[in-house]
Amino acid sequence: MIVETVAEVLAKNALITAFVFVGGVVWVSYWLSDRLTGGRLHGSALAIVIGLLLAYAGGVATGGTQGLAGVPLLAGVGVLGGAMFRDFAIVATAFGADVRALRRAGWIGAASVVIGVVLSFVVGAGVAVAFGYTDPVAVTTIGAGAATYIVGPVTGTALGAESDVIALSVAAGLTKSVLVMVGTPFVARAVGLTTPRAALVYGGLMGTTSGVAGGLAATDPKLVPYGAMTATFYTGMGCLLAPSLLYLLTRAVLPG
Amino acid sequence: MIVYGVALLGISLLVGLVGGELLGRLLGVDANVGGVGISMLLLLWLTSRADARLQLAPPTQAGISFWSAMYIPIVVAMAAKQNVVAALSGGWMALLAGALAVAASFACIPLLASLGADDEAEP
Repeated sequence: MIVETVAEVLAKNALITAFVFVGGVVWVSYWLSDRLTGGRLHGSALAIVIGLLLAYAGGVATGGTQGLAGVPLLAGVGVLGGAMFRDFAIVATAFGADVRALRRAGWIGAASVVIGVVLSFVVGAGVAVAFGYTDPVAVTTIGAGAATYIVGPVTGTALGAESDVIALSVAAGLTKSVLVMVGTPFVARAVGLTTPRAALVYGGLMGTTSGVAGGLAATDPKLVPYGAMTATFYTGMGCLLAPSLLYLLTRAVLPG
Repeated sequence: MIVYGVALLGISLLVGLVGGELLGRLLGVDANVGGVGISMLLLLWLTSRADARLQLAPPTQAGISFWSAMYIPIVVAMAAKQNVVAALSGGWMALLAGALAVAASFACIPLLASLGADDEAEP
């Protein structure tokens, strides 16, 4: 009886349960980071990795698409980690950002968005061709998915791609987002991701809002506003370029 | 009042998202184009201390900084709700397409970041 009562209260107060749950995950992560890695692997990086592992476990357990948030007791994690709170918190990080750094690097940030979309598209489309796809619509859709997991389905739907191709494009985009979240702290130093300017470029090149949000949080939270600023233009740019210009170019290049 | 800060943050986000949505419609794109970016610029413009457009009292600032500090926990929750299973079940092609796109993008950071880095030296 106690178990049912507790479960009922937790489920009814989903968002509060999520606060407690995430607090626990963060606490465990910082403890592990301190004890096991001597602080070398940052606590927040570890927390994000643990979050992703839990998302995998939750997805397997529930068979749903919401990761851990598919577990009824933890539905609040989906609200707390959803676009509404994410965007609210990202905007809050702009408070106190260096306006001059933004102004100075604004143009290179804008350029990096266009370069980022085209680069990911070309790489993704190239992989699709290497795996034997010749239909321009399929190649374009998979290339668009390599941009972000939103650009893929938007492009695929616009061009009338098959649903399995659209699913592949979403998988490519999700892979990118997960890799950016996990990988950024490890390569940050090697690629010079230490200044606001580099963060603006990084956000523009990567473009996955969740990937950039997670990657910078795990690397240096001070860089978040700069990366997030450019990343937020990426999906829109991708949805603009992929079904139009990039599709026409793909069709011109491919014989089939 | 703390709620002034939260409300200021809220109005920045809402105005920015509406702007991004309208920009998307204008471009004929089914996506929000830069809504969050517009919101950030708006918040910066409203609060930048150099020109003191709004003199924020410390509690008002706390209303914004609280949400800024909640950023990492929210990102952890965001990680926990990702569809990781779908990412891994797309097979090698999807994994490779995503992974190579990330690698190529990382490789370009130093190139682009060094472009025009000279103006960093300006006084």
